[in-house]
Amino acid sequence: MNLDTNMESAEFLKGRSLWGDARARFFRNKAAVASLIILILISLFAIFGSYVTPWSNEEIDWNLMGDVQTLGGPSIETGHYFGLDPLGRDLFARVVQGTQISLMIGVVGALISVIVGTLYGATAGFVGGRIDNIMMRIVDILMAIPYMFVLILLLVVFGRSIFMLFVGIGMISWLDMARIARGQTLSIKNKEFVEAAVATGVSTPAIILRHIVPNLLGVVIVYATLLVPQMIMFESFISFLGLGVQEPLTSWGALINEGAGQMRYGTLWMLGFPLFFFLISLFAFFFLGDGLRDALDPKDR
Amino acid sequence: MNVQSPLLSVRDLKVWFDIRAKGALPWTPSQKLKAVDGVDFDLMPGETLGIVGESGCGKSTLARAIMRMVPAEAGTVMWLGDSLLELNKQDMREHRKEMQMIFQDPLASLNPRMTIGQIVAEPLKTHFPDIPASEVKERVREVLQRVGILPNMINRYPHEFSGGQCQRIGIARALIVKPQLIICDEPVSALDVSIQAQVINLLMDIQEEMGLSLIFIAHDLSVVKHISTRVMVLYLGNVVEISEAEQLYRAPGHPYTEALISAVPIPDPEAEASKEVMILDADLPSPLNPPSGCVFRTRCLIAGPECAQSKPPLKDLGNQQLVACHKR
Ligand SMILES: Nc1ncnc2c1ncn2[C@@H]1O[C@H](COP(=O)(O)OP(=O)(O)O)[C@@H](O)[C@H]1O
Ligand code: SF4
Ligand SMILES: [Mg+2]
Repeated sequence: MNLDTNMESAEFLKGRSLWGDARARFFRNKAAVASLIILILISLFAIFGSYVTPWSNEEIDWNLMGDVQTLGGPSIETGHYFGLDPLGRDLFARVVQGTQISLMIGVVGALISVIVGTLYGATAGFVGGRIDNIMMRIVDILMAIPYMFVLILLLVVFGRSIFMLFVGIGMISWLDMARIARGQTLSIKNKEFVEAAVATGVSTPAIILRHIVPNLLGVVIVYATLLVPQMIMFESFISFLGLGVQEPLTSWGALINEGAGQMRYGTLWMLGFPLFFFLISLFAFFFLGDGLRDALDPKDR
Repeated sequence: MNVQSPLLSVRDLKVWFDIRAKGALPWTPSQKLKAVDGVDFDLMPGETLGIVGESGCGKSTLARAIMRMVPAEAGTVMWLGDSLLELNKQDMREHRKEMQMIFQDPLASLNPRMTIGQIVAEPLKTHFPDIPASEVKERVREVLQRVGILPNMINRYPHEFSGGQCQRIGIARALIVKPQLIICDEPVSALDVSIQAQVINLLMDIQEEMGLSLIFIAHDLSVVKHISTRVMVLYLGNVVEISEAEQLYRAPGHPYTEALISAVPIPDPEAEASKEVMILDADLPSPLNPPSGCVFRTRCLIAGPECAQSKPPLKDLGNQQLVACHKR
């Protein structure tokens, strides 16, 4: 009787997956959890920020427009929480918009690299031989191209557009990931569980998706987290050069550029607010990546 | 006694690897590593063939060549009338469910990201994708029960089990498609001695129940003694002796087999103390540059000049005891 009930409850024994273990380790890391919370708050800011302010990002506040330097500072009364930008638009709304675009560029860049880079690298590594050789030489060649130069040329020739930025970021972001995924795949491929799958007759795509990719996902996630800030910085640099997203769109880099140009007039808020969001997100992404690495790969400390 | 036809028949199987020195220029010719260099044997239905040899002598490579996991340089592998090495990929896949494999490192042979239920079900789902999920689950439970793992563990992950349990799970994965042959590549080398016996006994029981054939690979003779019908001794990719297990232990034919047997401990301490152990001096020669003639001659105590001249063929000493030595 007793044994029976035991068996019954044992029926639902849950296993501790490696993912579960990693989650537990992650939540013990204070800096990483704090970073995660900060990033969630920044995302909420990007999504809902425009509902908090009475001003839109396009409207010019004609009342204050002439006196941005003296009256355009951050203030609750005027409703411009972050002050005005040089053209008299609400900076809060502009920062919300810039945050949306910068985060999107970072996340899209990382996603492209995760999907394209991981599958490309895993396939090259697993199939091996001549195909591997050709695939990786292509990566080498693409890497040898001075992409910053090419991207600037593209932006100049085809005109500045957010689409071109995505093309540029898509071109480069997956290359490193493909190399990393390939390296990992080479070591996973020799594990006996992959041999077992080959011996049983599991098809190559199924082996890559079921046995290889889940086992390199840990490394991929860590690298992708670190790639987001890299992409954001990349875009900011382009925008800082004045080649990035085009008005009326904006990004952190474009706002910082604008703010920096106004510094001599003493309107420091124009630089300060976007810079604050930019820096704090970068730090948060780096700490998050660090925490994820410790959590997902406990041997590698 | 009726004469059975063999289940598996391997003839003159050769597996050579191209070895290129690190940093060598692309046009320098690569060296050939003859990991398996002309192996012949037959395996009868229901039989267990033990394969023994030092580490690096080509046991795993032989097993993997039979399963077509490494390409063979030459030779034939006949399986139930089909020449495996000539089949196309699709036809070979059909045969893969008839032959399964068990590996040396029990934990490494299970995908750490999958539950053991998923792991054991994989071969079944691969070969019979149309079986309903409920039946898959039923078959997984059945086979886990058979190897001594509680079926309510199916949602657990490999790292939650001991080495012996992992090996049982590996056996369950092999059994679920009801194969006719299981190739066990050093299945107990990584386990504690007490657990080794349990796993070997489990394999023997299952073999009897299902009428399986086994190829059981080990690096020392004592392990295969218990389980094998016949034993094949490999040295540097060559078969040096193959015979009935009992015959081989009682009266080894090849000098190398003799040396291996003298190294097997005898349970009786007195006999153990007085017995002569033949020490194999000199190191194993490199498989990249094997000795001419008889590959064993650099370590053979009775080698003569003829041994460097030509490779000794396998010859029958009577009793189906095949030995490759000029002096026998
Ligand atoms: N994929 C490979 N590439 C090159 N050499 C290999 C490869 N696999 C095995 N070898 C070599 O072939 C020989 C036999 O190896 P193996 O079959 O693993 O031996 P065993 O299983 O008897 O220990 C060894 O010298 C090993 O270095
Ligand atoms: S052929 Fe010669 S070297 Fe080889 S085992 Fe026999 S006696 Fe020894
Ligand atoms: Mg081996």
